[in-house]
Amino acid sequence: MGGLELPNPVVTAAGCAGAGRELAQFFDIASLGAVTTKSVMLEPHAGRPAPRMAETPSGMLSTTGMQGPGLDVLLQRDLPWLLSRGGRAIVSLAGAGVAEFGELARRLAEAEGIGAIEVNLSCPDPESATGRTFADDPARAEEVVATVRSRAGSQLPVLAKLAGDVPDIVELATACTEAGADGLSMINTVRGMAVDTRTLRPAVAGGMGGLSGPAVRPIAVGCVHRVHEALPEVPIIGMGGVRTGEDVLEFMAAGASAVGVGTVNFSDPSAGARVLREFTEALEERGFARAADLVGAAHRTGPRG
Amino acid sequence: MSDNGPVQIRCPVLNVRRVDAYIGITVVAPGIAERFRAGQFVSVGVGGDHSSTLLRRPFAVHDVKADYGGTVEFLFSVEGTGTAWLAERRARDLLDVVGPLGRPFPLPRDPVNCVLVGGGSGAAPLFPLAQSLRRRGCRVDFVIGAASADGVLNAITARRLAETASFTTDDGSFGTRGRATDVLERVVGECRSDAVYACGPMPMLRAVTAVADRHGLPAQVSVEETMACGTGICMTCVIPVVGGDGITRMVRSCVDGPVFRGEQVRFDDVGSIPFDALGAPGWKGAAGRGVEQDRDIA
Repeated sequence: MGGLELPNPVVTAAGCAGAGRELAQFFDIASLGAVTTKSVMLEPHAGRPAPRMAETPSGMLSTTGMQGPGLDVLLQRDLPWLLSRGGRAIVSLAGAGVAEFGELARRLAEAEGIGAIEVNLSCPDPESATGRTFADDPARAEEVVATVRSRAGSQLPVLAKLAGDVPDIVELATACTEAGADGLSMINTVRGMAVDTRTLRPAVAGGMGGLSGPAVRPIAVGCVHRVHEALPEVPIIGMGGVRTGEDVLEFMAAGASAVGVGTVNFSDPSAGARVLREFTEALEERGFARAADLVGAAHRTGPRG
Repeated sequence: MSDNGPVQIRCPVLNVRRVDAYIGITVVAPGIAERFRAGQFVSVGVGGDHSSTLLRRPFAVHDVKADYGGTVEFLFSVEGTGTAWLAERRARDLLDVVGPLGRPFPLPRDPVNCVLVGGGSGAAPLFPLAQSLRRRGCRVDFVIGAASADGVLNAITARRLAETASFTTDDGSFGTRGRATDVLERVVGECRSDAVYACGPMPMLRAVTAVADRHGLPAQVSVEETMACGTGICMTCVIPVVGGDGITRMVRSCVDGPVFRGEQVRFDDVGSIPFDALGAPGWKGAAGRGVEQDRDIA
């Protein structure tokens, strides 16, 4: 994975596993390829008011507003805990501006034991008057990734986390890799809304939320396929609605080298271990010796099977 | 993975029964029963493995028994597709249950007088609590309220378990007309209560805490917030709670609660982010370095 070695392709998706501590009550988190920690900002953030969540068909709409204790707590408490359990860490970072992304990258490059950093480009761009995120503008995404790349030094792998609901995912992916991203994670939640028909008010505070869960999986698989086709050398962590080992297979066939398990962790706290086991069995059933042989299988022409 | 943390079990339904206005499901779940402490809850998957209803439903545990190695009962009303599906379960069906979850009711060290206040199905977790308190030699008094008579949970059991049991209904169809908190003031005085425990809707918990405050009594309240995961990772069930250090934090009802000390919950600010909460715009005060930095990243 672009300089990041993983023992297996199943990782947790950012914001869906904390820093691994809660899920470790249910299975050995060291068995996963990596734990992607919840997006961290420099300072503590209280997040959005309630209600923050609404269930939707085969998914959920949520908006936590980046609630978190800030970088110091991650570095002093959560990361050492994860590493002490033998876990591998991909640290997701979120900035309220380009400068904060850069500062986070600089501080994380000084920390020990981080496998990679993932740049959450679905943060609101403070220079946008219309509420656009960095991912909405490939030029702004490029600026963020280039800043992170330069501040993170040459050793620490940098992944760019892309949004699927953008006009041209290939253009966004290309901008990020040209800015120095070693790999791409896709997709983030898809922006949407649910209205509570009893109150006739939006179901989550602030109106818009991020849709996740199996409802978004075909969107995510489509994004992975398109980007892998255009940039076959760039490693991709595919994510969006993964629920079973079969879903991991689907993402890898579309071109992902690793796959993130996200919202299903909320409904099944043992999902990480279960999905990995199901995936391993599915690989064996199909006669693949290595997971890597599966990557991009859906792009190959000729008879199937 | 740990001895007293929650476990996830696929467990058979032992029975489904009516409990006043509610439905009670008992599952055979030894691992949950043996770890359980009063006030904790379980979360139950609904709709089967490939359900389009993704999220678990959290329920307070109403009863734990030693039968069949350990059984757990939870109560609910049919309110949506998830609970409608649950209501159709029958004996021997399998349910995916995670538990026990959350912080239990702390129990007093000494045999003191405890009043337990419950509203609607919120009274459910008070029954295992009453049993734990009785085992410690505490006096237990119940105050149970509901909208109308059929919603008053376990009136007979409450009378049997407790020294006194008072009932209220909004429509006056059973017990005193009014809210549970309307009679609490009197019960606390007559029963010489030393501690108050409560579970129910947020306005009730606020009123219970106010009564306890006036009498200088500690109140332990169990909140009923909606949550997606129940295990502490989704960050959707947060409420503002003041810590021992005086700092307000947005804490998770599922793992930091559902039981909180009443006076630490900022009831007036539930559903919002208080300006001075940790990480909110005003948390560092009006002056200082932090404000400058926050402006930069806001």
